[in-house]
Amino acid sequence: MSENTAHTPGTDPHPPTTGSLRQVQAARVTIKDLNKSYGSNHVLKGIDLDVAPGEVVCLIGPSGSGKSTLLRCVNLLETPNSGTVEVGEFTVTDPDVDIDTMRRHVGMVFQQFNLFPHLTVMENCTVAQIKVLKRGKAEAQKVARRQLRRVGLGELADRYPDQLSGGQQQRVAIARALSMAPQLMLFDEPTSALDPETVGEVLAIMRQLARDGMTMLVVTHEMGFAREVADRVVFMDGGIVVEEGRAADVITDPQQPRTQDFLRRVLNPTEVDI
Amino acid sequence: MSTAEQTPTPQRAQEPTPKPGAARRRKTISLAVQAGVFVLAIVLLAVLVDWTALGENVFNFGAVGAMFPDIILVGLGNTLFYTVTSFVLGLLGGMVLALMRMSAFPPYRWIATAYVEFFRGVPALLVFLALGYGVPFAFGVSWPIPLVVCLALGLVASAYIAETLRAGLQAVPKGQTEAARSLGMPAWRAMVTIVIPQAFRIVLPPLTNEVILLTKDSSLVYVLGLAVFQYDLTKFGRDGISSLGAGMTPIVVAGVLYLVITVPLSLLARRFESTSARKKV
Repeated sequence: MSENTAHTPGTDPHPPTTGSLRQVQAARVTIKDLNKSYGSNHVLKGIDLDVAPGEVVCLIGPSGSGKSTLLRCVNLLETPNSGTVEVGEFTVTDPDVDIDTMRRHVGMVFQQFNLFPHLTVMENCTVAQIKVLKRGKAEAQKVARRQLRRVGLGELADRYPDQLSGGQQQRVAIARALSMAPQLMLFDEPTSALDPETVGEVLAIMRQLARDGMTMLVVTHEMGFAREVADRVVFMDGGIVVEEGRAADVITDPQQPRTQDFLRRVLNPTEVDI
Repeated sequence: MSTAEQTPTPQRAQEPTPKPGAARRRKTISLAVQAGVFVLAIVLLAVLVDWTALGENVFNFGAVGAMFPDIILVGLGNTLFYTVTSFVLGLLGGMVLALMRMSAFPPYRWIATAYVEFFRGVPALLVFLALGYGVPFAFGVSWPIPLVVCLALGLVASAYIAETLRAGLQAVPKGQTEAARSLGMPAWRAMVTIVIPQAFRIVLPPLTNEVILLTKDSSLVYVLGLAVFQYDLTKFGRDGISSLGAGMTPIVVAGVLYLVITVPLSLLARRFESTSARKKV
């Protein structure tokens, strides 16, 4: 997984879009003293994190550092043992919270895309709108078509996922999440399963989404993307936040030894001593 | 030690370079031997078999005209009826059992497991006898035969189908449920709209095989006291042996009629298999 791709600003083929695509306000995320264990394995050890509306935060760190678990605690795909998570008006960790209602407002993009293989691209983007939001088919398709155009795949609506490239599948997955008009988007290593030549097209969509003002929490190994797009970078290791700050600061001038070591390995994979 | 290792090397080196054409010649000889055995077997069969007796007792189709059209209208019809009704029951029961086996509530899992183990481990014939004779004798009730058949086969089928369905449901990747749930679908909706349709595709081939097994198992009705209009294919064939004087020809006719049902089904299963294999690529 060499993901040391540099994305030079200024060569972006996707200029900022007009505000017309954003109908929803972005949500704030507040995480306080979050703990998660699997048996005796303490994966998250008291995480505090605040993400402002419209802010883009990249979570970086070695595998097993807990960054994916943290992301999955935000929409309750994992149940934290203690601590609180607030997303917009929802207290996610409140036992009385309506999980399904909360999740409508939180889009998630997975490493393995997880498109529904028995449904067309269009149906992938409409099924939840119809079954969950109770939208009519025509309205759902209108929304889906707009989001598919937004990710540059308007003409592939009738294909099945297995007829698309990895990059195209991931873009459909983004369009599927956006069709629900989320206030927050979670990305769990969205480019890690992609062929290197399709990584850029997915990052371009995410960059555009960030410009449109979406609150984004992104687990990634793409340091170029993090440096360019993220407002803030959070470095995690061993279940704690080791270092966080402005993207440029953390990536180009890390203060903690663990961060320095990690970034040296990620940025110069061929120069690491074993 | 080094000499011992070196000496065999030149000898071995000669082996992997046989004369060109040797492989092809070996293949030709192998094929010739196979063909020779085949021809010999045919010749032996032609000489040793008493073809007249065979024609009179096994393929004496001229003498079984009396079986028609009843064996088709009644026998084939009943076999199909017993198969379809018990399959529907088995599918419903199997679905419930499969969901019970995957339930978060332990007693459901225990009950379903016990059920599946029991009905997979007991001969279907025993279930027929229990429902056909055991229950009426013990409780003094008498059930219509078609109900007994449908119930007995359905009980057994649901155990097998439950396992097939469970395997299918579990073969759908966990990420599918996670994606559905993260779009705000409740667990039941994710199951109904996302998981079950995919699982169904996976289990179509084994489910078709299950129908084939049921078709054949429906022949067990012969142990029940059937009225003539309830006869299935096997019962027709069996009665034909004693009444028509055509040897075992009636059984052959019944067998062919079973194949009329099962061969298309098995072709269908193979088609499903290749379709779903293509889908996965």
